[in-house]
Amino acid sequence: MKALIKDPLSLIVIGVAGQGNVVTSFLICDALVNEGYKVTFGQTYPAQQRGGPVINYIRISEHIQASPIIPEGRADVIVAMEPVEAMRMLNQYGNPEVMTIVNPRPIQAIDVTGFGNKYPSVEKLMEDITALSAKTWVIQATEEARKLGNPIMANVILVGALVGSGVLPLDRKAMEPVLQERFPKTLDINMKALEKGIELMKQYA
Amino acid sequence: MPDIDIDAPGKTLMLMGNEAIARGALEAGVGFIASYPGTPATEILPRLAEVTKSRNLYAEWSINEIVAMLNAAAAATAGIRSMASMKQNGTNVALDAIANLNERGLRGGAGLILVNADDPGRRNSPNEQDTRSVAKMLDIPLLEPGDFQEAKDMIPWLYELSEELDCLVMLRVVAKISHTRGNVTLGELSRREQKAHFDLMPTIASWGQINLHARLHEKLKRAKERFETSPFNRYLGPETPDLLIISCGASFLYAMEAVRILGVQDKVGVLNLGTIWPLPEKLIEKHLRNTQQVLFIEEVHPFVEQSVMEFTASLGPDGPRPFFYGKRSRHIPSYGDLTPDNALGAIAKILNINYQSRDPEYAEKVQVASKEEVITRLGTLCAGCPHRASYWAIHRALMLDGREGFATGDAGCMSAGFGPAGYFVAKYGACMGGGAGLADGYGKLKRFGFTQPVIGGEGDSTFYHATIPALLNAVWNQSDFTLVVYDNSTTAMTGFQPHPGVGMTAMGAQGKIVPIEDICRSFGIRVEICDPFELEKTTEVMLDVLRDEGHGPRVVIMRHECELQRARRERTPYEVSVNPDKCLGESCGCDRLCVRIFRCPGLRWNEQTGKSEIDEVICSGCGLCADICPRGAIEKKAAGEVGVSQ
Repeated sequence: MKALIKDPLSLIVIGVAGQGNVVTSFLICDALVNEGYKVTFGQTYPAQQRGGPVINYIRISEHIQASPIIPEGRADVIVAMEPVEAMRMLNQYGNPEVMTIVNPRPIQAIDVTGFGNKYPSVEKLMEDITALSAKTWVIQATEEARKLGNPIMANVILVGALVGSGVLPLDRKAMEPVLQERFPKTLDINMKALEKGIELMKQYA
Repeated sequence: MPDIDIDAPGKTLMLMGNEAIARGALEAGVGFIASYPGTPATEILPRLAEVTKSRNLYAEWSINEIVAMLNAAAAATAGIRSMASMKQNGTNVALDAIANLNERGLRGGAGLILVNADDPGRRNSPNEQDTRSVAKMLDIPLLEPGDFQEAKDMIPWLYELSEELDCLVMLRVVAKISHTRGNVTLGELSRREQKAHFDLMPTIASWGQINLHARLHEKLKRAKERFETSPFNRYLGPETPDLLIISCGASFLYAMEAVRILGVQDKVGVLNLGTIWPLPEKLIEKHLRNTQQVLFIEEVHPFVEQSVMEFTASLGPDGPRPFFYGKRSRHIPSYGDLTPDNALGAIAKILNINYQSRDPEYAEKVQVASKEEVITRLGTLCAGCPHRASYWAIHRALMLDGREGFATGDAGCMSAGFGPAGYFVAKYGACMGGGAGLADGYGKLKRFGFTQPVIGGEGDSTFYHATIPALLNAVWNQSDFTLVVYDNSTTAMTGFQPHPGVGMTAMGAQGKIVPIEDICRSFGIRVEICDPFELEKTTEVMLDVLRDEGHGPRVVIMRHECELQRARRERTPYEVSVNPDKCLGESCGCDRLCVRIFRCPGLRWNEQTGKSEIDEVICSGCGLCADICPRGAIEKKAAGEVGVSQ
């Protein structure tokens, strides 16, 4: 087992219900358990099927079964499928050392359209996310997924970005069997999405 | 994810607490399981149903929880290890059965477990009731897992207990265990032979020769003895801690995390109780004598806290007298689900530690940015959801009727009717079947001057679960209301479980289909069936039925398949777009009807153009919004078709 950069390592995967961030988390967790780590995967989600934020907490350790919720201010890595959600997580779990991977593609809320509660400027949002993270990786996951044929694959691109970032003890080889297991019929396109994510991280190398 | 019956002892998998329970059932040789879908308990049954082809196991989605409980009891008394699983609200439905099965015992048959998944914080429930009280009220032995491994390991242990005592036993699991995931190392699968036979030998019945309640108390005494040495009560910490934490369920993980973060392992001990009722009093007393301060961390009620205080009081002046902290002292909140921060705060306060979760300067900066930038996101119905169409039609019909009509609501996706996604059409609700039962009541208030039309709302799965008695009562007593069944042809909210209207069973066999309309028509009442996507027609029918008063209840079935279920099978029906030449934006008299009132998440407002547009990442292509735009600016064309439609 490779040593973790921190133990327990606390990762948040956040998205809006319907973006597929639970699948993102499954892929990461399955691969980590295969590598022999103790992993806890907790979730909070809204009661309706769509629209609310879905928070996934992933805790990774060599020794302990950590709790399914991350204590306030103690996230090590945030993977955000949406920029406002990145800020929501920084507000609750951020700290000066946190690393953030963010897909800048906004999803409006029904409150915004229905209640006159305006979606903030994405430019300003990205500026603040960068200022509040020790490291920020901006990944155009939705845009790249659309090029691959389906915007929903943004989630697997972000898995690739996370693998490419090197913050987890996972590489492409560790991901292939879990992608095979989750997507037996669409393995090829999902592997492409994974590789796209890894490639997009190279711009930061 | 491999099947739950993978034959690989010693292998470690990441399992949801519910899956761990299902695996435990296979390792214990369970032959019969019955349930009704309900978060956070749902996944136990389907994971077992998946393996019924390869194993001698019967798994059933029952019509409701009391039927599930009785089914499981029947199988147990015929010698098959059985399980009934349900959420806390379901346990209420099954309560009459539970409150009689407890005393009657199992006639020397096989073990019977009631798995009850509670939902602290009511994240997927109408309430956050703590069902441990049922075990205390009804004298039922109760265990609660503190992690994922225990969720599995407790099941075989509980079956042995159930058989030794010849009584129903309970497992309570909180959502942060049942519905989260962690490592579970597998054990051996059971090779137990399954042979059902009901022993006719007369046994003790409830006609009075034996006091069944007294006999149950004897059983409880024996359970307590077993619990004193149970491996599921764990103590981690120094022999004489400055502070003893007594935890159970997910609170164990929070307590351990807080102790680690604060670095107080040398002065704080954690006693996690897995055997919750009856309490292992001798074990607890031993630990109480080693400390001066005790903190209870548990979700939701102070169940262990109060029970420990109660027996400590009976120990007299020589008993241990530590300070007790917990919900009573307000160190731990007495409602809602807990987090590690609750444990951190309480321990820091008791031990006078100055704990800061993060750099204060950072905290201030992030709060300032968030105040501007973090918008509220309410949950809503999916793009393409038929309930949105139904609520739109009902909302309009009630407006056109103009007599302050209103609807009642119920559980499942259709509970969105209480909020903006359902145009606040539903005003009151209670429980499963409550939409019909309440409407039945309102429909009898005419003699008190009540003139408002009432719509009782129920989902399709809920119709079979708990609506039929209320509707029958309304027919018999001639209550004046309209029952609307929001029929999306599945139990959508909990993950697409079938019901009698679909016919498919949990094990994938074709059962008998019992259509909702056949049941309603057999009562001799007016029944209308609408496709809510035909908005105009549905609104007209609704208005007509509302005004068809004076002869008891009427039924409107709004039938259109759940969009998510449809999308699993077929391609998107339409390509939808907003024609910017037709959309007048802010200057249109509609006042942004599509995004402000209709509120499908697939529509959004473009601030730059001042017009509406489709978010193609979210739009499901149902085409409904094309019918609500007064300008006809929202256009739909059959997916794949080339050219512009009119």
